[in-house]
Amino acid sequence: MAICGHKLSLCGLILSVWGIIQLSLMGIFYYIRSVALFEDVPGLEHEGTFDSIQKFYDDADQGYLQNAYNCWIAACLYIITLAFSGHQFWVNSRSSLRV
Amino acid sequence: MGSLFRSEEMTLCQLFLQSEAAYACVSELGELGLVQFRDLNPDVNAFQRKFVNEVRRCDEMERKLRYLEKEIKKDGIPMLDTGENPEAPQPREMIDLEATFEKLENELREVNQNAEALKRNFLELTELKQILRKTQVFFDEHEGGVNPTESMTRALISDDSIARQGNLGSVQLGFVAGVILRERIPAFERMLWRACRGNVFLRQAEIETPLEDPSTSDQVFKSVFIIFFQGDQLKTRVKKICEGFRATLYPCPEAPADRREMAMGVMTRIEDLNTVLGQTQDHRHRVLVAAAKNIKNWFVKVRKIKAIYHTLNLFNLDVTQKCLIAECWVPVLDIENIQLALRRGTERSGSSVPPILNRMETCEDPPTYNHTNKFTSAFQALIDSYGIASYREMNPAPYTIITFPFLFAIMFGDAGHGLLMTLFGLWMILKEKPLAAKKIDSEIWNIFFGGRYIIFLMGAFSMYTGMMYNDIFSKSFNIFGSAWKIHYNSSVIYDEIEMTLNPSTSDYSGSPYTFGLDPVWQLSKNKIIFQNAYKMKISIIFGVLHMLFGVVLGLFNHMYFKDKIKIICEFIPQLIFLCFLFLYMVLLMFIKWLMYYPTDDKDKITYSPHCAPSILISFINMVLFKEPNKVEDCADYMYNGEMGIERFLVVIAVICVPWMLLAKPIYIMRNQKKSNYMVSHEQMNAATENGDAEQPAHNNTVHRVEGGHGSHAEEDLGELFIHQGIHTIEYVLGSVSHTASYLRLWALSLAHAQLSEVLWQMVLSKGLKVQGFEGGIALYIIFSIWASLTVAILVLMEGLSAFLHTLRLHWVEFQSKFYSGIGHGFQPFSFETILDSAATQTADE
Repeated sequence: MAICGHKLSLCGLILSVWGIIQLSLMGIFYYIRSVALFEDVPGLEHEGTFDSIQKFYDDADQGYLQNAYNCWIAACLYIITLAFSGHQFWVNSRSSLRV
Repeated sequence: MGSLFRSEEMTLCQLFLQSEAAYACVSELGELGLVQFRDLNPDVNAFQRKFVNEVRRCDEMERKLRYLEKEIKKDGIPMLDTGENPEAPQPREMIDLEATFEKLENELREVNQNAEALKRNFLELTELKQILRKTQVFFDEHEGGVNPTESMTRALISDDSIARQGNLGSVQLGFVAGVILRERIPAFERMLWRACRGNVFLRQAEIETPLEDPSTSDQVFKSVFIIFFQGDQLKTRVKKICEGFRATLYPCPEAPADRREMAMGVMTRIEDLNTVLGQTQDHRHRVLVAAAKNIKNWFVKVRKIKAIYHTLNLFNLDVTQKCLIAECWVPVLDIENIQLALRRGTERSGSSVPPILNRMETCEDPPTYNHTNKFTSAFQALIDSYGIASYREMNPAPYTIITFPFLFAIMFGDAGHGLLMTLFGLWMILKEKPLAAKKIDSEIWNIFFGGRYIIFLMGAFSMYTGMMYNDIFSKSFNIFGSAWKIHYNSSVIYDEIEMTLNPSTSDYSGSPYTFGLDPVWQLSKNKIIFQNAYKMKISIIFGVLHMLFGVVLGLFNHMYFKDKIKIICEFIPQLIFLCFLFLYMVLLMFIKWLMYYPTDDKDKITYSPHCAPSILISFINMVLFKEPNKVEDCADYMYNGEMGIERFLVVIAVICVPWMLLAKPIYIMRNQKKSNYMVSHEQMNAATENGDAEQPAHNNTVHRVEGGHGSHAEEDLGELFIHQGIHTIEYVLGSVSHTASYLRLWALSLAHAQLSEVLWQMVLSKGLKVQGFEGGIALYIIFSIWASLTVAILVLMEGLSAFLHTLRLHWVEFQSKFYSGIGHGFQPFSFETILDSAATQTADE
């Protein structure tokens, strides 16, 4: 059953392959607490100073871990997208062959 | 094989072909595609040439083939394109081909005519069927059931009117029935009303299914109508109106039994017609399928024959009518191949006399021919779109293969975007054959596909510079361990929000990051300031080297053409000017990099950033002979004797300007005077002997000057001065403005880095900062937005802009130093190009 057209399914394929690779890598980098990604860690937008160093570290650790999981969740969603658009692509190419 | 550094050596050849062998030989040469024929009878118009008749026959064949192709396309039959390249058929085969096409065309036309007639018949019958069916309803509605005529009278005219008309006798109501296009109904109705003053009665019903118009084969909607009227006059009037509206009238019997009988007859006839129509269609389909198998092949054959005769038309006929004489440009290195092809042609035609190919001397400019392959052709196309190289001039293409992607990459430095580009290029390269076979007509796709190797190289180089800048989608990787440490104590961290790194303290370990930029800069606030200093200098250094390379290539040009004057009067001063001013500036940059370092030590303050001079300011001071501004505790100059050396360099560089401007014209002028003197001296002697000095003196001068000193002496001296002036000004001002122009490398690189950073912060960061597990879904959506924006803006748009800037740097800044580009291209007679252009032409239609 074809829902997407030929081009859309191809687009979905490429996008999901890219998404899987980049998001799972980013998940790993968050998991190992990469400093380069520090700016995008949630829960650290404090005005001025922090309450205590320990609190800050805890927040940061929590944020890093959360983002790592989020990245992997998104990557998993892209795996589903990949499977879906792969199936669509297959259906499309099969039907185009038949004609 | 020829080299890419210069265009191939060409020679003009004369070719004697025996009349019988000429066709086969030209066919072989067309397959080879290495010969450019000259038109030997340019004054003869197209209709007076020898092989007009054959060309016309080919045109006719092509027309028939196009007709066939149109019919095949109409039926949606796939045309078999095996991609095979049949040889040009023998001339005698042409008659066979003609006969085949003639037969096919006639058959097809006949079938079409028959089909059209049948269809028309079918249409009429269906319309009649519809009329019978619809009118039945009209009749039934008002049917008393006894007498049709009576029923009509009753239906149309009410009882009292019958009573009124009673004394006039019984009235016979007539009617006509027909079919009309549905959109004409309103006008038709109004017209009838007006013309007959309301004395007719129109009923109409729509035919639900669309009918096929046999002549245009469009689907049209029609309506059935029936008109009742009284009297013959009205009848003629109604008929005329019907005619005017192109309505078709059909006889409709009045008696219901007759109508029923007729309907039955019509039904059976429609059945019969349907079978006949089906058979006709089948026949047409069979004919077309058979033709579709061969049509591409036939097209190739006919086009080849036509091209051969067209080429033969360019030849001269020998006096004896037994051989054809052609003149052609030929690459010297390929003469062997051409001889072989000619021999093959002779053998094929069975002629015993071998064709003769002999080289001719000429003073014409030969065409420029660069032997390219699929890799170099794209780069050569970049060069050729600026201007085709003059004959045997240095070809910038081989250097462009490296410098072009490299300069592009300096501007496009991001490993992530580079990776995307590389993958795209790589995919096109790996899938080269299937993609080329697909023959996609989209112009944009063809541009990308033609430049696949450029795209691949640009992407690969961008990955390298991206690593250098440590930018991957604007993020940095810390692979080798940053060279910086943080020594702030907690009180500082509590109080201050923004902190900068100071390399003069122990924050910096002293040994730099192993490869590229230290990742710590990504998070620091003074990143842009730090990078600007580096990128600006880098772009000037590469720019000066690039221009210097161009000037040096000019030397090879002069050496090749043995132009000593140009070496002495142009190349040397140009080189000195560029080196002494701009290469020296580059040198100052390196001195600054090597001498100064961050330190807080008071003893070493002369080597601290506090004392480091601005290169731009010191360069301006150098040119203007100004003293540098005094700064406390610092040395005025970077090294001892700097002032003396700089003044010397500037003076020499300035001297180079009049050298470039005047040396060459003056030298030529003096030479000319000398020769003129010698000539007039000789003529004086001759004149005294002959007695009349005027006439020969004039002739002799012209002759001698032409022979002795080439074309220079003929030029007007004033023009020479102006030309040289323009050239000098262009070079001197150019080297200043071009050096500044290379700053675009820095500007675009900065813009690209900033844009990708902004995209990350404004889009992807929003998805990453969502708290909790909903973040995963948010990230899923936002990532796709970010990815498409990355491709659209950063890779496509920024890539295009960086590409254009690189192209400009090559065309203007680099090639203006040595490239004249005033040649004309080599257009060999080749079946491949002819077939390709024919294919694209049909695709355009």
